[in-house]
Amino acid sequence: MSTNAQDLEKLTSGDYKYGFVTDIEADTVPKGLNEAVIRMISQKKNEPEWMTEWRLKAFRMWRKMEEPHWAHVDFPPIDYQDISYYSAPKMKDGPKSLDEVDPELLATYEKLGIPLKEQELLAGVAVDAVFDSVSVATTFKEKLHEMGIIFCSFSEAVQDHPDLVKKYLGSVVPATDNFFAALNSAVFTDGSFVYIPQGVRCPMELSTYFRINSLGTGQFERTLIVAEEGAYVSYLEGCTAPIRDENQLHAAVVELVALDNAEIKYSTVQNWYPGDKDGKGGIYNFVTKRGKCAGVNSKISWTQVETGSAITWKYPSCILAGDNSVGEFYSVAVTNNRQQADTGTKMIHIGKNTRSTIVSKGISAGYSQNTYRGLVKIGKNADGARNFSQCDSMLMGDKCGAHTFPYIENHNSTAQMEHEATTSKIGEDQIFYCNQRGISTEDAVNMIVNGFCKEVFRELPMEFAVEAQKLLGISLEGSVG
Amino acid sequence: MLEIRNLHARVEGKEILKGVDLTVNAGEIHAIMGPNGSGKSTLAGVLAGRELYEVTDGEVIYKGRNLLDLSPEERACEGVFLAFQYPIEIPGVSNTYFLKAALNAVRKYRGLAELDAVDFLALVKEKMQLVEMKHELLNRPVNEGFSGGEKKRNEILQMAVLNPTLGILDETDSGLDIDALRIVANGVNKLRSTENATVVVTHYQRLLNYIIPDFVHVLVDGRIVKSGDKDLAFHLEEHGYDWARELHDPAEQEA
Repeated sequence: MSTNAQDLEKLTSGDYKYGFVTDIEADTVPKGLNEAVIRMISQKKNEPEWMTEWRLKAFRMWRKMEEPHWAHVDFPPIDYQDISYYSAPKMKDGPKSLDEVDPELLATYEKLGIPLKEQELLAGVAVDAVFDSVSVATTFKEKLHEMGIIFCSFSEAVQDHPDLVKKYLGSVVPATDNFFAALNSAVFTDGSFVYIPQGVRCPMELSTYFRINSLGTGQFERTLIVAEEGAYVSYLEGCTAPIRDENQLHAAVVELVALDNAEIKYSTVQNWYPGDKDGKGGIYNFVTKRGKCAGVNSKISWTQVETGSAITWKYPSCILAGDNSVGEFYSVAVTNNRQQADTGTKMIHIGKNTRSTIVSKGISAGYSQNTYRGLVKIGKNADGARNFSQCDSMLMGDKCGAHTFPYIENHNSTAQMEHEATTSKIGEDQIFYCNQRGISTEDAVNMIVNGFCKEVFRELPMEFAVEAQKLLGISLEGSVG
Repeated sequence: MLEIRNLHARVEGKEILKGVDLTVNAGEIHAIMGPNGSGKSTLAGVLAGRELYEVTDGEVIYKGRNLLDLSPEERACEGVFLAFQYPIEIPGVSNTYFLKAALNAVRKYRGLAELDAVDFLALVKEKMQLVEMKHELLNRPVNEGFSGGEKKRNEILQMAVLNPTLGILDETDSGLDIDALRIVANGVNKLRSTENATVVVTHYQRLLNYIIPDFVHVLVDGRIVKSGDKDLAFHLEEHGYDWARELHDPAEQEA
């Protein structure tokens, strides 16, 4: 093997830098899933009866459903009875301010480079930090409150804004949408809720950092974002997780609703623990994310940078129901070692003159498998619908795989669709060219891959873009090789 | 500055260089000419540290050190610059970003402070005039969508910014029209100093009308069979490489 190839291998076999376990007493329910467990979760959260019923209904449907296996991923059977479905850091009463937050918890975030206080003061980012399943700190709430913006944990929303939750929960991703969404609907523990009232432009990026901690605890986050007429919000989601020996299931549901002339921008940097070099441990990430452009001229934009998880099964989608509505999907998916990713989007054109853009960049290294799977569907009434899709794959080394499955369903003859796809190999000649100019192989790989992903990174909010590039750098030691 | 002794190298098991000897001193321009497949580009690649080439024998002493012990980036930082015959494209990475990363990597290696954006741009603008390059090319991705001439100018721009001790031009004249050739050659001439040296690898004598070499070497079948001054290039142009091939017969060489 040439030295360059060895360097690449060395770079890409780096260990996960964010692996550490925080020692905090957790309040965990016994393993297993049945109606009693769901009632217990609901009770622990002091939920009203309608919420409990909603969960139970989802659970009954879930029991009749089968785990899907159409994705290009391979994993041993999951024993859903061997998972604990609830875990919360022990706290007598909710903290009133950051000062009341467990210092060890805060230290965990410090290690991850997310100093809450600094963010509060300097970055103008309101953080709703989810540690395991319960929100422990919410900042900038008051300022947002003055504008009528609701940004709180999902549990709080159930208590304080039941009408909004009732109206929109499950309106985009029904409880029975798919196996994992049904599971989430039955057992979700917490998440975020955002409501932007009519005509309000949210003045700051809303951000949540998720983190899985307790051993053997599944994570079932639920996020719901509603933008009323003419409202605008940019939401950031980012996460890392500590090293684990057994696989952890993560099945989140995210629902977005944009009414007339509203815009939602949802950005994700996902860095769940991917497992070790041999694929041991690591998160199973089975996520259902969907946005509904319900109103005219509305817009939903998904941007994701996926570097973690042992398995990723994720298709942030847009239902373009309102006339002239716009859906966008910008994605970077990096897989390394034994990681498997099957990700993409669905653009469902229903309204007239709806437009969608898909830009997907897949980077495969090591022995990983990276799949783009996308559907563009043009309904029979979607006159003048347009789609542009671009799917680029980059391979590093010769033991990984890149796959592209673009599906198109067109029922309207006025639709215009474009699809471009490329596959390239990171070239030893590119690396040598950089070397010959004095640039180290590590920096060269970083530069080349970041260049490849540029079209996606420029869609991210500024500070997030910097973070994403850094993460890619770290993952490049661990993901591009 | 550079001393190559009995250099043997092979590519994928096939021996290409079969004992090259060459001495280059500071302030000199050397031209290496030869027919296709004689090993010119291999020699350039070996000096730059391209892994494709396996050195099987001989040594290369550069500034008193064994060059072959250094990684490609160390060689670059020590002042070895290769202008590529086929410059590589790097999509999505702007020319400016690339150049700044390169310059600062080299400066860091040499214990110099990294240049900030303002100083860097001032330097680049000054050097761009050497090669009459359009400013807009700075913001375009490295070599992507560049014409053949623009790519070669970009190589010389990089050379001007990095200010190497030993510049190696690998067939820089190939694919250039006469105007571009003159511009590129002018750039190289302006960079010439008593401190640095240039090795020009070329197939044709044409480039040597613009870059006047102090020495011309004829490389045939992996060996330098004849060395002389610039007149040797004219002689070659007139008589072709067949004449040189005859020189290759060791018996005749001794005679």
